[in-house]
Amino acid sequence: MKISATITLKKDVLDPQGKVVNQTLKNMGYNNVVSVRQGKYFEIELNESSKENAKKIVEEISNKLLANVVIEDYKIKIE
Amino acid sequence: MKSSVIVFPGSNCDRDVAIALEKYQIKNKMIWHNDSSLPKSDIVILPGGFSYGDYLRTGCIASKSPIINEVIKHAEKGGLVLGICNGFQILIEAGLLPGVLLRNKKLRFISKNVSLKVTNTQNQFCKNYKDKSIIKLPIAHNEGNYFANNKVLKEIEDNNLVAFKYCNEKGETSIESNPNGSSNNIAGILNLKKNILGMMPHPERLIDPILSGEDGSLLFESLNKL
Repeated sequence: MKISATITLKKDVLDPQGKVVNQTLKNMGYNNVVSVRQGKYFEIELNESSKENAKKIVEEISNKLLANVVIEDYKIKIE
Repeated sequence: MKSSVIVFPGSNCDRDVAIALEKYQIKNKMIWHNDSSLPKSDIVILPGGFSYGDYLRTGCIASKSPIINEVIKHAEKGGLVLGICNGFQILIEAGLLPGVLLRNKKLRFISKNVSLKVTNTQNQFCKNYKDKSIIKLPIAHNEGNYFANNKVLKEIEDNNLVAFKYCNEKGETSIESNPNGSSNNIAGILNLKKNILGMMPHPERLIDPILSGEDGSLLFESLNKL
């Protein structure tokens, strides 16, 4: 089963890279861009047939390793 | 006094720390990160560098090394633990110190000497420094921007757990004297029991006049006399 996890900085944490990308897009003329947050994306292949279990495992992995939950949020998507 | 310096793939300040320890008659052993036992030590030091190439997050992969379980046990028993630069990042990822070290505010790697105020001398690491003294130590990092939520920051300040703060030469801790954007100009913090210190500046790099200064010496001298 393939599962993806997207990690982004929490709303109240400063994301300087996202800010720079946002500003650059504006400089390029994309005036309708409101904000950009930069993050990380993981594609995980699991040897697991139950969607529920797979979600549980990836949640655990995200909490323990992929994300630092002090400053980051994660979103999990089962494909 | 016995010490262990943990060596990770990508550590690059391990030998500098070893030289500093030797200079102050501390018997040191280098311990590979994959080892699962720690020799009897009074202090464990996690040195600076770029463990695992800073993959995922700085210090993150190293904090899951087999030896770290032993370091946590050592700390729980009250043993001393010092994390310098990448070592500080590893201590945070291992959950031994609160908060997080973000990318420097201006997104640049900073390598320079900075002024620091020693704000806690009531601990084994800093006891030879004069309280509130202003010292100069080098910093060399990309992720040294200390961040914690207001509750954690208040706990740290109320319990006087900040060991070093970035300041100017007069000792003023202002935004201008904050090189990386750290909350409250924090450069180094202690845990509540004050047996763990994490700091971004490198004391091991200034232990001899020939290296342009000795402000790091007092830290190793403090460790020498338990």
